[in-house]
Amino acid sequence: MTDSVISDSVLGRMYGPRGWTMLAAAAVVMLVALPVFSLAVAQTSSFHLSAYWVTLIGKIMCYAIVAIAMDLIWGYTGILSLGHGLFFALGGYAFGMYLMREIGREGQYQADLPDFMVFLDWKQLPWQWWNSDQFWWCALLALAVPGLLAYVFGYLAFRSRVKGVYFSIITQALSFAAMLLFFRNDTGFGGNNGFTDFKRVLGFSVTSPETRISLFMITAAILLGTLVLARFVVTSRFGRILTAIRDAEARVAFCGYNTLHYKLAIWTLSAVLCGIAGALYVPQVGIINPSEMSPANSIEIAIWVAVGGRGTLVGPLIGAGLVNGAKSVFTQILPEYWLFALGAIFILVTLFLPQGVVGLLAQVRKRPR
Amino acid sequence: MSYRRLFIKRLAAVASVVAASTALSLSLQVPAANAQTKTIKVGVLHSLSGTMAISETVLKDTALMAFEEINAKGGVMGYKIEPVVVDPASNWPLFAEKARQLLTQDKVAAVFGCWTSVSRKSVLPVFEELNGLLFYPVQYEGEEISKNVFYTGAAPNQQAIPAVEYLMSKEGGGAKRWVLLGTDYVYPRTTNKILRAFLKSKGVADKDIDEKYTPFGHSDYQTIVADIKKFAGGGKTAVVSTINGDSNVPFYKELGNQGLKATDVPVVAFSVGEEELRGVDTKPLVGHLAAWNYFMSLKNPENDAFKAKWAAYAKSKKLAAADKPLTNDPMEATYIGIYMWKQAVEKAKSFDVDKVSAAMGGQTFKAPSGFTAKMDEKNHHLHKPVFIGEVKSDGQFNVVWKTPGPVRAQPWSPFIAGNDKKKDEPALMAAKK
Amino acid sequence: MRKILLTLFLLAVVCARPAAALDAAAVAKLATGEGDEKTNAIAALIAEGDPRALVILEALGAGELQTAGNRVFIVKDGKATDAITGANIASIPPGAEDVVVNNRLRGVVQAALAAASLMSADRSMRLAAAKELAAGADPAVLPLVTKAFEKETDPEVRSLLAQMTATAQLKSGAPEERIAAIRTLAKSQSGNTRTILASVLETEKDDVVKAELQRSLREIDGRLAWHQRAGLAFAGISLGSILLLAALGLAITYGLMGVINMAHGELIMIGAYTTYAVQNLFRGYAPGAFDWYLAAAVPAAFCVSAIVGMVLERGVIRWLYGRPLETLLATWGISLMLIQGMRTLFGAQNVQVVNPAFMSGGIEVFSDIVLPWNRIVIIVFAFAVLAAMWLMLERTRLGLFVRGVTQNRAMASCVGVPTTRVDTWAFGLGSGIAGLAGCALSQIGNVGPDLGQSYIVDSFLVVVFGGVGQLAGTVYAALILGLTNKLLESWSGAVIAKIAVLVFIIIFIQLRPQGMFALRGRAVEAG
Repeated sequence: MTDSVISDSVLGRMYGPRGWTMLAAAAVVMLVALPVFSLAVAQTSSFHLSAYWVTLIGKIMCYAIVAIAMDLIWGYTGILSLGHGLFFALGGYAFGMYLMREIGREGQYQADLPDFMVFLDWKQLPWQWWNSDQFWWCALLALAVPGLLAYVFGYLAFRSRVKGVYFSIITQALSFAAMLLFFRNDTGFGGNNGFTDFKRVLGFSVTSPETRISLFMITAAILLGTLVLARFVVTSRFGRILTAIRDAEARVAFCGYNTLHYKLAIWTLSAVLCGIAGALYVPQVGIINPSEMSPANSIEIAIWVAVGGRGTLVGPLIGAGLVNGAKSVFTQILPEYWLFALGAIFILVTLFLPQGVVGLLAQVRKRPR
Repeated sequence: MSYRRLFIKRLAAVASVVAASTALSLSLQVPAANAQTKTIKVGVLHSLSGTMAISETVLKDTALMAFEEINAKGGVMGYKIEPVVVDPASNWPLFAEKARQLLTQDKVAAVFGCWTSVSRKSVLPVFEELNGLLFYPVQYEGEEISKNVFYTGAAPNQQAIPAVEYLMSKEGGGAKRWVLLGTDYVYPRTTNKILRAFLKSKGVADKDIDEKYTPFGHSDYQTIVADIKKFAGGGKTAVVSTINGDSNVPFYKELGNQGLKATDVPVVAFSVGEEELRGVDTKPLVGHLAAWNYFMSLKNPENDAFKAKWAAYAKSKKLAAADKPLTNDPMEATYIGIYMWKQAVEKAKSFDVDKVSAAMGGQTFKAPSGFTAKMDEKNHHLHKPVFIGEVKSDGQFNVVWKTPGPVRAQPWSPFIAGNDKKKDEPALMAAKK
Repeated sequence: MRKILLTLFLLAVVCARPAAALDAAAVAKLATGEGDEKTNAIAALIAEGDPRALVILEALGAGELQTAGNRVFIVKDGKATDAITGANIASIPPGAEDVVVNNRLRGVVQAALAAASLMSADRSMRLAAAKELAAGADPAVLPLVTKAFEKETDPEVRSLLAQMTATAQLKSGAPEERIAAIRTLAKSQSGNTRTILASVLETEKDDVVKAELQRSLREIDGRLAWHQRAGLAFAGISLGSILLLAALGLAITYGLMGVINMAHGELIMIGAYTTYAVQNLFRGYAPGAFDWYLAAAVPAAFCVSAIVGMVLERGVIRWLYGRPLETLLATWGISLMLIQGMRTLFGAQNVQVVNPAFMSGGIEVFSDIVLPWNRIVIIVFAFAVLAAMWLMLERTRLGLFVRGVTQNRAMASCVGVPTTRVDTWAFGLGSGIAGLAGCALSQIGNVGPDLGQSYIVDSFLVVVFGGVGQLAGTVYAALILGLTNKLLESWSGAVIAKIAVLVFIIIFIQLRPQGMFALRGRAVEAG
């Protein structure tokens, strides 16, 4: 079991006092330094953090939350979900509803209803939109919808012991079916165009630097919180059982544990985290659309985790940052060839870095020349 | 495998990751380098990968061709155009990110790009926030005006309605029943809604209109073609197709093979042009129609020059399509947009967005369509001629009908309730800002 | 307009004069006139009764007519002949322009030509003409049809003509005659009889005739419903055969070997592009044998995809055996690279793959049901591939090895099976079959870099639904999904049908995780 040796060494480092120090340092950078660079430093200064970087980093942080959620279920419990894009998008849609209502009469049509409904000649809000002008309701939906869906789906799947690749494939099918459903205009979520053109959140303009940086800070705080939560989960007794399920589910069951409950709990938690990430993502990126649910997106989430190193805490964070950073850069400097670069990274990482970047770092450190 | 070998392998992998991050840091230093040479940066925002690459790649090349041509003639106001090409990868959030990058990091004077409505909707808030300038070259459903966007493609009244009118006319076959067939998303839904209202205003009953939708990427049209056949049993029928790019080939193949001929049931499409027919065996499709503001087969000196330039460019750049260079409507719209931008800059004597935007209204350009396209003084849309073409066996179109002159766009269709109160200009929203 | 024209034409046929020189003015009008001028010119030409007129009309219908100044000529296969005299013209005059033909004109020309060939000596021409006219149901042709009916001896053509004459008697004649006409029509297979009868029903006063009409309409409706069901079944089987082809390769690589190959779709795409390349070779070097390019494309697609697959297996997948989820990620990377590679090589646009002549068109089973040849060929092809694969697995040494390695790798290795080589060959076989699928898909849909992406989700679902490791399961799964999809589509539209099928599979797998056909015994837990 070389797997656990490597990850344990990394884990050991991250769980000790050193981990807390790094966490605190990250909190200072994200919550104090970067906001200062963005707001207080003059725009002309080269230390100014422009809106481009704020939204880009904010977006990647949302992805990082998803990656951690994925790592909990895949890295620690050994269940590969290809449907996490769905939970992410559902959270985004739930919160997007609120953002759409906040536009008020400032849309293209200056109507009470969201633009696309006017467009479709609807006279009133469909039932899904009940209470959607309330922040708390939509925030709740962003947690509850992915959570509930995951709970029901997970219960059925785990109860009938769907596992391994089967589970991956049916989660993919679920996500695909949802994508087709959301593409329809009649579903009531804006069809292919989704939600865009947001104006305000809680009364603050979404384009103002202050709102941007607030969203950025909230995202950073939640990301750090997720990290702490994940750390708590994996070091607890509960987390150990999860790891045991990953390594030998049958034995865990023979020891008298009902694995269904454990799997279901972590699976639902993972989905809820994705929902939160989605809700944070939408106001920063400015669009939510069914293509977020496409199978490719969910596979990519798994790839962030694999690149970073699964079964570790910081791995998914690093992976999400690296892959998305690379994507942002390559689409600019190598617009015609970036897919080659991205594809090659995936292959190289899986072939030569089974523990991802984190595993590599650990190994380099362990065997100094 | 020995540990040493394993280690060397891993080292190689690290090296590749390091190389990637070096590229990352290098790329961040690229902007701001060209201060002394007189250049102006212009963005090109078209998907070069993902599902939309099939349509958009060629627009990127058209834009680059136009820039090269302008640069060869001395540039814009003496400034050489420096294109910044990015790949938003058919990913809508990435469109917004790239738009922001073009406007804030690269500080481009204008952006030419987008194809799908959703990509435009995704970048629109960014352009409005940062006061950028976007030229959008594709036919769309209308229902939008922004002071930061110039729409060089067709609005529904410049494409869909003339086509339906033609099919209703004696010359077009006098269709009485209508199948409105589309991919299930906003452009087909809206277009069909406008058409339904239009048909009703012409006295067509609801039972004579059949609306059908297929999912994205649908490739099995057996049932749909059979249904059309059945529906056509009730009287002279025409099909209005707003099927999205990729699904057209299977649809037309099925149509041809099930023996539905254009003389019996003509199909008019709004998203099928020369490029889309590249992948189709057109012999069974002869006679089916398309409505556009430009066809490659138009005969006039401007078009001859345009086609020759494109063929030469494709060849010199060794583009994949060089052995059969095709031009189409969105390419023409891109080309017009770029030249109008140039003219507006020269009129405004500035690259400033507000000044250029003000100078855009009323710009004219002798377009490859053979007509002089004019940017409307107010509504940011082009006045364009409308052509209706029938597919020929060589994949080109035979123009069977055209408007006498350019038609003014109506972005707010009068066939959608409530639009009569809309102001046909973006000023209102600009004042609010 | 068409009526006037055909009446004129009728006159022409009835009082067919001996051949005279063609009216050059009419030909010129035909070429350069606007709208009605052209249709008038067609009528004038036909009225002359000159056989040359038919040649000109045929050329007009086929878009072969060109003009330069006042000259009108026919250009066919790059050779020009004068339209009026038929004399060869050495070179096409500069500035020659196509004569614009629109659908309406083409319709008029087709009707005129059909009416003209109703008296032809050739049976097949008469049959085609009768079909063409029957579809149009134009009252103006009836006198001519009656005349032709009297002379006609061939039963099939006769029955078609009889239906057309019956249409005429529907509105006139005594009630008994009308009832007889209704009965004749009710037997007709033609698609528009229902419309004709329904429109007559609205104006009919006589109760007896009315009852007969209603009875006939019911009869026709019943028949049409059956036709529709038959059409639906065919559509479902056709979709099933496509799913089967797409999934068969996966049934080996994933079902038997357990490799989650996300690049499976791209192997299909490579097969399609190979077909395209072979087609172009044929077009360039053997245009005469163009119709047979598929004969070369099928093995070529198999080989190319198989080689690519074997390279992938040796280069990447081999190192990941036993780590199925990581295989998924690596092969996803491969698929990205293959897609972009094709984009760089062949361009982002779709490429054109032409159906060979024998695969174009279809068999008309009923007038409202046409079974396209390409779909029929693909159904046959799918089952041929299935049979070949079955033989390969059950009757050859390689198949024996593959089965052995699948069942117990360690034991197979112990008895001397070269397991790694078998893996490579088996993966090559699965990939090659994906290539065959690509070759088949190129005949019905797009060939573009994204081709594979649209099949990957479906093909995995088929394999999982059928039960991993079970060939028979894959076959049943593909057919069931195809039929279900088409059945639902006719009720609820394509979008909902697709969603419903996906949800159905999800629920099914939750109830029965092993798929329809479960492996028994040890293999279950090992998977």
